[in-house]
Amino acid sequence: MNFPEELKYTEDHEWVLVEDAVVTIGISDFAQDQLGDIVFVELPEVGDTLEEGKTFGVVESVKAVSDVYAPVSGEVVEINEELPDAPEAVNNSPYEDGWMIKIKLSDPAQLDSLMNATVYQEFVEKD
Amino acid sequence: MMSTEGRGLVLDENLLFEKSQSGRVGYSIARLDVPAVTPDQSLIRDEITDFPELSEVDVVRHYTRLSTWNYGVDSGLYPLGSCTMKYNPKINETAARLPGFTDIHPQTPEALNQGALELMYNLQRDLGEISGFPAITLQPAAGAQGEFAGMLMIRAWHEANGQKRHKVIIPDTAHGTNPASSALCGYEVITVASDGILSKEAIAAVMDDDVAALMVTNPNTLGLFEADIRGICDLVHERGGLVYSDGANLNAMMGISRPGDIGIDVMHFNLHKTFSTPHGGGGPGSGPVGVADKLIPFLPVPYVVKEDDGFKLEYNCPQSIGRMKSFHGHFGILVRAYCYILSMGGEGLKRASELAVLNANYIRARLEGEYDLPNKQRSLHEVVFSEEGLQNDCHTLDVAKRLIDYGYHPPTIYFPLVVHGALMIEPTETESKQTLDEFCDVLLAIAEEAKTTPELLKQAPVRAKVKRLDETAAARRPKLRWERG
Amino acid sequence: MRYLPHTDVDVQQMLDQIEVSNIEELFSGVPADCRLKRPLDLGAAKSESETLTFLRGLAEQNTKTSDWDSFLGGGAYNHFIPAVIDQLVSRSEFYTAYTPYQPEISQGTLQAVFEFQTLICQLTGMDVANASMYDGASACAEAVLLTIRAGKKRHKILLSQGLPPQYRETIATYSAHLNIDLIDIPLQAGVTDQVELQKLLSDQVAAVVIGYPNYFGQIENLGSIAELTHASGARLVAAVSEPLALALYKSPGELGADIVVGEGQSFGIPLSYGGPGIGFFAVRKEDMRVLPGRLVGETMDKDGKRGFVLTLATREQHIRREKATSNICSNQGMCVLMVAIYLALHGKQGLRQLAEVNYAKAAYAKEKIRQLDGFSVAFSGETFNEFVILCSEPVAALKQRLEQQGVLAGISLGRDYPDLKNGLLICVTEQNSQEQIDRLVAALAGGEA
Repeated sequence: MNFPEELKYTEDHEWVLVEDAVVTIGISDFAQDQLGDIVFVELPEVGDTLEEGKTFGVVESVKAVSDVYAPVSGEVVEINEELPDAPEAVNNSPYEDGWMIKIKLSDPAQLDSLMNATVYQEFVEKD
Repeated sequence: MMSTEGRGLVLDENLLFEKSQSGRVGYSIARLDVPAVTPDQSLIRDEITDFPELSEVDVVRHYTRLSTWNYGVDSGLYPLGSCTMKYNPKINETAARLPGFTDIHPQTPEALNQGALELMYNLQRDLGEISGFPAITLQPAAGAQGEFAGMLMIRAWHEANGQKRHKVIIPDTAHGTNPASSALCGYEVITVASDGILSKEAIAAVMDDDVAALMVTNPNTLGLFEADIRGICDLVHERGGLVYSDGANLNAMMGISRPGDIGIDVMHFNLHKTFSTPHGGGGPGSGPVGVADKLIPFLPVPYVVKEDDGFKLEYNCPQSIGRMKSFHGHFGILVRAYCYILSMGGEGLKRASELAVLNANYIRARLEGEYDLPNKQRSLHEVVFSEEGLQNDCHTLDVAKRLIDYGYHPPTIYFPLVVHGALMIEPTETESKQTLDEFCDVLLAIAEEAKTTPELLKQAPVRAKVKRLDETAAARRPKLRWERG
Repeated sequence: MRYLPHTDVDVQQMLDQIEVSNIEELFSGVPADCRLKRPLDLGAAKSESETLTFLRGLAEQNTKTSDWDSFLGGGAYNHFIPAVIDQLVSRSEFYTAYTPYQPEISQGTLQAVFEFQTLICQLTGMDVANASMYDGASACAEAVLLTIRAGKKRHKILLSQGLPPQYRETIATYSAHLNIDLIDIPLQAGVTDQVELQKLLSDQVAAVVIGYPNYFGQIENLGSIAELTHASGARLVAAVSEPLALALYKSPGELGADIVVGEGQSFGIPLSYGGPGIGFFAVRKEDMRVLPGRLVGETMDKDGKRGFVLTLATREQHIRREKATSNICSNQGMCVLMVAIYLALHGKQGLRQLAEVNYAKAAYAKEKIRQLDGFSVAFSGETFNEFVILCSEPVAALKQRLEQQGVLAGISLGRDYPDLKNGLLICVTEQNSQEQIDRLVAALAGGEA
């Protein structure tokens, strides 16, 4: 199981890559493993405003759906257009090709409440 | 022990479009005895591209072969929990095919179809007697539509009383149609955890003046009677709410308990479950709804009334929620259900419920030593096991698929969601002890196979027309129709 | 009782295994105050022959389309049903089977539904069709809900008054609590008034719903309506209550419809006093994942063999629950099979020929009635196998007079269309011989009884 050092994580198993005011978001290796084969990803639209803790999309496997929650608030500036046609990217490469959205942070302080890789790994493994 | 011999021919068959040969005909059309005229050319379509052209023999062979790939109740035991796959009596089929029932147009004046209306009226009355409700609508097309109608009536009642309520309480064991139907009425769903059965305390904790209704299933989807139901109905009523009951599990209750007597305000029936009408590979069903007095003004229209000069379809209901679909209901299915009730009589229906409960408990007694039973309360017509204790990383899915190799349709799996790897078995009353013994022997053998030769489960099924299918690919790259090339 | 196989010996052995002394103990979980304390009052069970005699008695009191001259349409159509269909759907592997959730032993049902989905796409000119809905009216209501869900801020729906009244009523029931504004588009000469439609279109309108043919049997100008609709950013839903018309006229898909729904009863399903029938629902590729109802898809098994499976189930209620695309669970199973077999038998040539026969017979009737004193054809536009006549005699009395001669002349329109108090909707199909049509005309002309 992969927990890249440079990312931050949430208890709902999203990851955040911080690059100045724009962050990239996806779901973790643990999450994709739990979900099984992912068949579809529903994403918001560019321009949508997201609120921390609220759902921004849905990940579907054959027999289940999972909401994906915004780790931070902000405006969606880019979405991964490849995902609808290739949802398996989330399974195969959750941290790279499987990225979901990029948002412009409205409140950078929210990043402080996210977990780093070590803490997240502990959180996952204690279950 | 294997009831699948692996002998005999199961023939393959391509798609209609792949078999099609230009110029073949399978039809016979009435002679044109009036002058031939056609519409303006500009309105007319080109021929329907790739529509098949087949002879009658082609078509008959095609569907005959397809039928041999299926498994029905007539093939063997079909122990699907919550589906009540009881035997579909053949006399029901004969009755439904009487020309006086099939050849009648719904817009024929009522005076000319008194037999049909009398049948519907009698069925309304009989369903009312079985359930304890003073009024019944036969219009909803299926259980889910019945639920929607019931929730619409609840909302209409609140609005007539000047009440604006926004929430509906639904247990975590409920069938998915329950929250879906509530959402269609604009309600927010509050899920309540049930530890086996619902407790008054759990309901009281979420019941307030903003709750329009509680939706229950009784017996619930674990096969348990909601023992606190009277108290729960009282407390919901005290706070101005109503109680909806999902009648899917009525097969345990006929002649035993009537929802209308114990505080339920509205309930749907599934004629294709309790009342023996066939499942048809997915339908058609029929979902009549019974209501307490207070909801009668809101019933969908039309329903059948009896007046001095005969039976009529009543449309004059100013507070009605409206109509759920065209015409009066799935009449062809109503005939079958009525025929069943006539054939069973009151005592027979009670006996059916008793034996359905006996059968489920017998299976439970034979299997509970080997399969994990999360709820120890008394089961009624269905029993739910979990996948705890299955060896060698075998799951409920693998048990289900291995059952196919032994010649059985699997039970319901992974429902209700509150049980881990749920295996829900409902044999129904039309199965003999002999069949149940064979079935239990097989399930015990499979549990043993999980310990010694788990690959038999994981590779299963190997004896059906196809092996396990790639459902991931089907969902990732959906191919929902045939196309040339 | 022949459906209850238990002998006394069986019951005793089972009770012993369960370790209870009688069946009553199995109901110990049911509190005494919930128990029914008297027998059900349903009468004694009837034997098989008594049951059949009794039901025959009820059946014989009804008026069959085969006994009388029936010219009733209005959303339920009298078409000939080939003998093959009942034989095939009576195979119990089809009708006693459940929903194909265990695909390995349901390939018969699944392939048949996949073929049905394809046939509906071909007929309607669309990309994707579901495994059916309850009927045309509820399918139409579900189409409206789909456009609202997809329409973001748009909450108005424009409904042509030419849509069958029962469809409009059903849409109203389904829309009641979802903040949807239903607005009528008036008619002009029996079809949707496009001038009025243009005035009603706005950026608030999610969809326009048009009957094709409409309730009066008129063929609407879907192409032109589609242009107007799309120009304002709304979607066009075509509702087809008589789909035999699609074998003759341009498909709604090629004319620009975004969603095509309708009633399949015409294709091999008996009238049965109005049910069960079948709703079909077809969309373009873009809407595949928001389509309500079941869907069958093609895939392969572990050995690479082609197979079929229910798919995209995450749209449905058993997974999505309150966020599902619909609350629908069952489809119309056996009716899907009847329709598929009917279409397979008739095929490309047969369906077209049948539609032409319907058209010609209706045209013949229309022309003969047009020539009668005291009657006129209400609308001049193109009709398929139904049309509206206007009568100088009060319609109720006229119908009664004809009933006395064994003729079911048509459907009164006054209740649903106050402007057409004198109107009668007449349907003519291949089941109406020239003699029957001539008798209808003679009876109409006959004056007072």
